[in-house]
Amino acid sequence: MFSLEGLTAMIQNWLAANFNPTMILVLQCVIVILLAITLFAVLGLVLVLMERKVAAHIQIRLGPNRVGPGGMFQTVADTLKLIMKEGLTPDKADKLLFNLAPFVVMMVGMLLLAPIAFAKNFQIWDLNIGVLYISSISSLSVIGILMAGWASNNKYSLLGAMRSGAQIVSYELSAGFAVLSIIVFTGSLQITDIINSQENGWWLFKGHIPAIISFVIFIIAVTAETNRAPFDLAEAESELTAGFHTEYSGMRFALFFLAEYINIFIVCAIGATLFLGGWMPLHIGHWEGFNHLMDYIPSSVWFMGKTFFLIFLIMWFRWTFPRLRVDQLLNLEWKYLLPISLFNLLLATVIAIYGWHF
Amino acid sequence: MFIKDYISDVYNGVTSLLKGMRKTGWYFVHPKEIITEQYPDNRATLKLADRFKGEVVMPHDENNEHTCTGCTACELACPNGTIKVVTKFETTPEGKKKKAIDALVYRLELCTMCNLCVAACPSDAIKMAPTFEHSVFDRTKLTKILNQPGSKIKEGIE
Repeated sequence: MFSLEGLTAMIQNWLAANFNPTMILVLQCVIVILLAITLFAVLGLVLVLMERKVAAHIQIRLGPNRVGPGGMFQTVADTLKLIMKEGLTPDKADKLLFNLAPFVVMMVGMLLLAPIAFAKNFQIWDLNIGVLYISSISSLSVIGILMAGWASNNKYSLLGAMRSGAQIVSYELSAGFAVLSIIVFTGSLQITDIINSQENGWWLFKGHIPAIISFVIFIIAVTAETNRAPFDLAEAESELTAGFHTEYSGMRFALFFLAEYINIFIVCAIGATLFLGGWMPLHIGHWEGFNHLMDYIPSSVWFMGKTFFLIFLIMWFRWTFPRLRVDQLLNLEWKYLLPISLFNLLLATVIAIYGWHF
Repeated sequence: MFIKDYISDVYNGVTSLLKGMRKTGWYFVHPKEIITEQYPDNRATLKLADRFKGEVVMPHDENNEHTCTGCTACELACPNGTIKVVTKFETTPEGKKKKAIDALVYRLELCTMCNLCVAACPSDAIKMAPTFEHSVFDRTKLTKILNQPGSKIKEGIE
């Protein structure tokens, strides 16, 4: 059976046999960096194509279908075009911040990759405060966006960045509460512990109603945090002409574009880990045969399947719902999501204390 | 009551969003509904909507007869002078003089496909055709004479 765990063990053994400890550490870092960059590049290409295809089919269109079989290489062609374009810096812009901003946004994405378990025992860094780390790092992404909006020296960019700031800061709260209700059930912040606690069933099913409510709130909040429609006020093509990245062109624009999709992947991976059991196969009670069959599917396939299901859900939102106004956006968070998630956390705590969950 | 309104707000919001998602989800899993025409590839089997308006034509029957009386209602209805009706007088067998069209000049480059001429026509002599490949290298080719050479008005149309 294919497993990434065996692959890492093999590489580890080979390194241990041929190099001294310092060299092993350096080589491991190089391998991880290369894998992370490859993952980002591949994800960018795949997700942009997926988005365009999903959008097309929802809108009864065909989508890209000319470059390669079924339009498979459309995003590759787009990327090549973006690489060859000139990266222009506006004359009155703050040069340092302007050039730094896309890399800050990308760096946040890379940092968030660390605690995510892609398969059984296939994880960059299994730190004991995994969920706390994720929620604190993910709030840094607003700095990159504000930096870009401010440095562009453009009214639209600044407005977009400010909207994005208000939005991310607000929706972090309900995302945090949704995550907390799962932490209450598991009693651990470590990603491995959270996944292992879902061996006999995912939290979405085990946690009764509070888990379902927090799942819905989590999905809404992360859609807002990644600045995606219906919460794409920061970009709002029709009002702000792309908002905080109006002035960006060429590869730096592509970095922002890539960062958006990377962020979607990461939040969906976190959602899959917390609510849908990460790489854990689907197990139903005492159906031994069924459970064994499910175990034969590699854990990496389970993880990717769940993550892409959530990504599809978020894309489905984007191409169905109309965009909210700023006041509606803040109303939704402060008057609806936050009170509901607070009440929901209380309910989850009661259930966890009495041990009513399975 | 406040709590009741609040809960019904949330419920109505969620159900209306789900209704929208159901519709788009249905389209996503039914690729047969896709309406995209891959035009240059499927030129032979291209299907256009019935209401598609591409240009004004004058239908002629097998005896090369049309139903245009030369009343110039279309010319009057046209907002931008696309149609020009050139009339002539024909002598009927009884010796009476009767008005008929010599040429119905139609300038495609001015036409906005507004359909007002077709609506104004009292004898249904002109209609909109579903054609769209109108580009030519010579602009004068866009000025068309709609009645075919040697055609005459159908019997019994006044």
